[in-house]
Amino acid sequence: MKKLLASIVKDFRLLLRDKVGLILMFAMPILLVLVITSLQNNTFKIVNDHQVPLVFFNQDGEDVSLELEKALRQVGMFDLIVDSKASNASDISNTMSERDALVGLYLPKGFSQRITQNAEQLTSQAMSDLGVGFGDLQLSERGITDLDVYYSPVLQESYRMAVEGALKSSLQVVQSRKMLNLIYQTLNESEMPEEVEQDLLHNEIVLNTQTVTNDGSGKIPNATQHNVPAWTIFAMFFMVTSLGSSLVREKLNGSFIRLKTMPGGYLAGIFSKQLVYLAVALVQVVVIFSIGAWVFPHIGLPALELPSDLLALFMVSVVSGLCAISYALCLGVYSNTEEQTNGFGAVSIVILAALGGILVPSFAMPDSFRVFTAISPLHWCLEAYYELFLASGKLTDLWPTLWPILAITLFLQTLAFVGLKRKNLI
Amino acid sequence: MQAVQVQNLSHQYKGAENPLIQNLNLSVSEGQSFGLFGPNGAGKTTLMSLITGVLKPQSGSVKLLGLDIKNHKKEVRHQFGYVPQSLSFYDELSPVQNLEYFGAMMGLSRKQIKDRGEMLLNVLGLEKVGTKPVKEFSGGMKRRVNLAIGVLHQPRILFLDEPTVGVDVQTRHAIIQYLKELNANGTTLFYTSHHLSEAQELCNEIALIDNGKILAKDSLQVMLKNHEEDTLENLFLKLTGKQYRD
Repeated sequence: MKKLLASIVKDFRLLLRDKVGLILMFAMPILLVLVITSLQNNTFKIVNDHQVPLVFFNQDGEDVSLELEKALRQVGMFDLIVDSKASNASDISNTMSERDALVGLYLPKGFSQRITQNAEQLTSQAMSDLGVGFGDLQLSERGITDLDVYYSPVLQESYRMAVEGALKSSLQVVQSRKMLNLIYQTLNESEMPEEVEQDLLHNEIVLNTQTVTNDGSGKIPNATQHNVPAWTIFAMFFMVTSLGSSLVREKLNGSFIRLKTMPGGYLAGIFSKQLVYLAVALVQVVVIFSIGAWVFPHIGLPALELPSDLLALFMVSVVSGLCAISYALCLGVYSNTEEQTNGFGAVSIVILAALGGILVPSFAMPDSFRVFTAISPLHWCLEAYYELFLASGKLTDLWPTLWPILAITLFLQTLAFVGLKRKNLI
Repeated sequence: MQAVQVQNLSHQYKGAENPLIQNLNLSVSEGQSFGLFGPNGAGKTTLMSLITGVLKPQSGSVKLLGLDIKNHKKEVRHQFGYVPQSLSFYDELSPVQNLEYFGAMMGLSRKQIKDRGEMLLNVLGLEKVGTKPVKEFSGGMKRRVNLAIGVLHQPRILFLDEPTVGVDVQTRHAIIQYLKELNANGTTLFYTSHHLSEAQELCNEIALIDNGKILAKDSLQVMLKNHEEDTLENLFLKLTGKQYRD
C-alpha cells in the first residue's frame, strides 16, 4: 500500500509537469465541445432564427410571381431581397455577391402565364375525368415550369435540401391556389371566396413529434445533450498522448528496469498509473459536464441536463475511463518512441471517434463502414452515455453497452500485459 | 561468504545465432570491490542483468549472499542495489522526489528516506539542487543522482554498470571516492567500466570478459604477473585482441 501511494504521488507529480498533456486532455476537448455544440446549435438557428438571404429575381412581375413572393415570405425561412433588374447569369451572380445572398431564385418573363397554363391543363384533365366541362375558359398548351435556382458555394448540401424543400412547398401553394380557383370557378361560376381559399390551402396536418425515452419523458435532445458526452469520451481517449508518452519515457529511461530490481515495484507502478489517469478521466467528466450544465446557458447554448441516475452516470464514466486508459497503456507498451505513441495515438483516436459515431452519427455512415463501428471502443462508450443522456436510461438498461466496453478493456489490458512480458519489462 | 555466485550461466538473446553467455562461472566474496572489464559486446551488461534478475537465464543459477535469486526474489532484492548504465530515474522530478519514490519502492520509511536522502545529497554535492528538476542538471550531476538512488537503501551488494561514463574528471573522482568509502564500510561492489585506470584505483579483484567467457580473474597485480604484462591495458589487448568491436 505504501508503495502504491508513493507511486500515485510520483505519477501525479509527473502529470502536473506534463503541461502539453494537460492541455490536450482538458483545454482541447473543452474548446471542441464549445465549438462543435455552438456550430450544431447554429445549424438549427440558421434555419429557424437566422433567415437565409434569398434574392428574388422577378422578371415576370405578374400575379403568380407576386403570390410566390408572398408565399416565400410566409415560410419565414428566407430574408427576401427582390430584384427585377438582373436578366442573365452574370447579373444574378453579381447581385448575389453584392447582397451577400446565399440563394437566388430567377423568375423569367411569362412565369405567371406558364403557371396558369399548367394549372388550366391539369384542372381540365381532372374535370374531364370527373365528366365536368371546363366552361368558357380558354385552354392553352401546358406551360413549362422549371425554374433556375442559384446557390452560393458556401451553402452546404444539407441546407440546399432544406432550401429546395421550402421553395417547392411555396411553389406548390401557388400552383394549388391557381388550380383550386379554376375548379371553383368551373363548378360555381364565380370567384372562390377568400375564407374558403384559406380553409382549403391551409388545412395542414400537424405533425406531433415525440422522442422515445425509457422514462417516457419525451424530452427533445439538443446539440448539448449530443455533444457534451461525445466530446468527453474523445477527451478521455485523448489521454493516450499523456499516459502513452509517460510509459514510453519510463521504458526508454530505464526506470522500469530499475523497478524490476526492486521488491514488487513495477506492479505498483503500472497500477498507480491507471489509478491516476482514472482520476484524470473522472475530473474530465466533472469539468466538461459542469461547463455544459452551468457555462453553456450563459453563452447562449442549451444547458446540459444530467441524467437522473447519477450512479449509472458514474459507472459509465469509470468504465469508459478504464477503457481509455487500457488503450493508452497498450499503445505505450508497444510504441518504441514518444513520436510513435503521440502520432499513432492521436490519429487512431480520431479514426476510432469517426467510426464510433462521435464525428458523424453512426446511422449516417455507409453500410460498409458501419461494420467497423462495433470495434471502436468510443462507439460503445458513446452508446452508454446516450442511453443515459438521451433515452433517460437506468443502470439496468446499460448492460448491453457496458459488456462490450468491459470486454474491450480486458482485451487491451491482456495485450498490454503480454507486451510488457515480451519486452522483458515486468 | 560469497556475495555473488554464478554457476553454469547461459543466455542467448532471441534471434541471436549463438549464446552471448555460455556456461559462465563466477564468484565474488563479500566485501570485495570487484571490477568486470571487457570490450564492447563482451557481455558485461548482460551478465549484470542476469545477476540482478533483469534478464532470465536459459540455464544456470545465480546466488546473492547465498540466496538463489529465482527462489528468493523478494529477500534478495532488499540486499542489493543497482545503478544502471542509463540514467534510470524521472527527469521531470527533483532528486528529492526521485529518492522519495525509489526509497518507498525499496520499502524504506519516510524518515529513513529523508535522513539517508539528505546525507547522500550532501556527500554527492547535490544538496543545493535537491528540489530542482533533474532535467536541468549537467551529465555529471545526473550520474550522481543515478548513484544516490542505487545506494539509498544501504545495500550489501552494489552493482554498478559503467557509473562514470560520460562524466568530467571531478565527478569521476567524487564517484570513485564515494564508492571506495562504501566498500570500506562493507558494501560489496560489482562494477563494470571501460576506464581501465579505475581498476587500479578501486578494485581489489578484477575479471576480463570477452564473448561471454571470463578470460582471467584475480587481483590486478597477480593477473599482470601471471601474464607477464606491465599494464592492464596491454593485458586487455593481449587477451581480447586489437580488432574493432562494434
